[in-house]
Amino acid sequence: MAQVTPRSSVEAAVRPIHQKGRPWPWPASLYQTYTGKKWAMAITGVIGLIFIGGHMFGNLKLYLGAAEIDAYAVGLREVAYPLVPKGFLLWLTRILLVAALAIHVHSAWSILAHNRRARPVKYAGKRDYIAADWASRTMQWTGPIILLFIAFHLADLTWGWVNPEFVHGDVYANTIASFQRIPVAGLYIVANLALGVHIYHGAWSLFQSLGVNNPQYNALRRLFAVGFALAIVAGNISFPLAATIGILE
Amino acid sequence: MKFTLQVWRQAGPDDRGHFETYEAQDVSDEMSFLEVLDVVNEDLIREGKEPIQFDHDCREGICGSCGMMINGQPHGPQRGTATCQLHMRKFKDGETIVVEPWRAASFPIVRDLVVNRSAFDRIVEAGGYISVNTGSAVEANMLPVPKSVSDAAMDAAACIGCGACVAACPNGAAQLFTAAKAQHLNLLPQGQAERWTRTEAMVETMEEYFGSCTMHRECEAACPKNISIDFIAYLNRDYVKAKTVNRNLTGQGLSQ
Repeated sequence: MAQVTPRSSVEAAVRPIHQKGRPWPWPASLYQTYTGKKWAMAITGVIGLIFIGGHMFGNLKLYLGAAEIDAYAVGLREVAYPLVPKGFLLWLTRILLVAALAIHVHSAWSILAHNRRARPVKYAGKRDYIAADWASRTMQWTGPIILLFIAFHLADLTWGWVNPEFVHGDVYANTIASFQRIPVAGLYIVANLALGVHIYHGAWSLFQSLGVNNPQYNALRRLFAVGFALAIVAGNISFPLAATIGILE
Repeated sequence: MKFTLQVWRQAGPDDRGHFETYEAQDVSDEMSFLEVLDVVNEDLIREGKEPIQFDHDCREGICGSCGMMINGQPHGPQRGTATCQLHMRKFKDGETIVVEPWRAASFPIVRDLVVNRSAFDRIVEAGGYISVNTGSAVEANMLPVPKSVSDAAMDAAACIGCGACVAACPNGAAQLFTAAKAQHLNLLPQGQAERWTRTEAMVETMEEYFGSCTMHRECEAACPKNISIDFIAYLNRDYVKAKTVNRNLTGQGLSQ
């Protein structure tokens, strides 16, 4: 509620960088504010974490052999069947994930643009950061890396556009064929390291954004973020590594 | 001790500004950083030059006037103190020290190291107060406040509004200031009547002037009063609740 007419030259010297628009109906009105956008980012981040955790765990079936993972892929299409039609929950999940990703990216973009307006003139001298770590300051770079990787990953192993030996439904063979190309394996490893860095900050800061804070348990939040990031990175990187050195073939 | 100071000089809000180098001789290690600037300024005045302008008042870390980036850190390398409490023994003899004003869109530079922090007043005006009827003072002990609550409220109320949190934040966000100013009232019984209107108004006014928190934790490290980012989490929690509560109140004909 900024003053419409400045009462002094001191007040007049400070112009707002953002004007609140006409309020949308609740709860969409929350998304009009940056604090609300952080909530949206945290909630969609949690959805992403749940997916990434399940995705990594499911893919461990690669180590159980071709028959197991191929059956797992078919099984994903038949979750809750015959209660719901085949593929129903799969598509529901896909729609939810695409929506969550869109909100996550849009809120990030919007917050980033706002933050740039908040400091148009940078410090002329060198900044000496005390607490801000490499992960927190590279969220805006690890994010786009992950986004581009998701596009490549879908084109590689869902649609098969960039995988010449792709056969639909032949999950094990497709994955190994893809990972045995060294540049592709390298790309998967780099992208998953970026994902790990992103999770290291995101899986901690989401608690703050959502107001989940209890000084008695706050140390657990960092433990969770480190543990989750390590588990995801270790699991996901093991697949291209195992394919490259011939454990999986 | 002696130091080389690289100080940001800017004649006015529209001037481009530049670093100017000064030598500070015969500095005692017991001097505060502001006293070194005083020494440099006396030399400048003697030479007939314009002295370095900087804000200061109490010089004991409770007024929040002083504040500048010293070697890329708000209030310099010592934790939990304002610039006036920073002693020169924290620096190495002969060191070059870079001094710069706070930088944020809503902290326009007035001159040299002085910035206009009146945007903080806009946030406090929006709700950083309680409304009380005047008259004879109420007996203080009539309103029970648990010790833990008054302690926590006091931790937040320690904020002196120096602006180091905004200066430190890579996003130029004022979340720590707003959280401290809102939560010290939101915690206390006296603050309950206006809790939800306060939270919504203060957060939304903050967003008109400052960036958005992405949890770098830089503010907490820079704060001369060691205010915890826990308060930011509590503010985020209160904000979403405030939006819901205020909507419900509107539904009862209680529009703000």
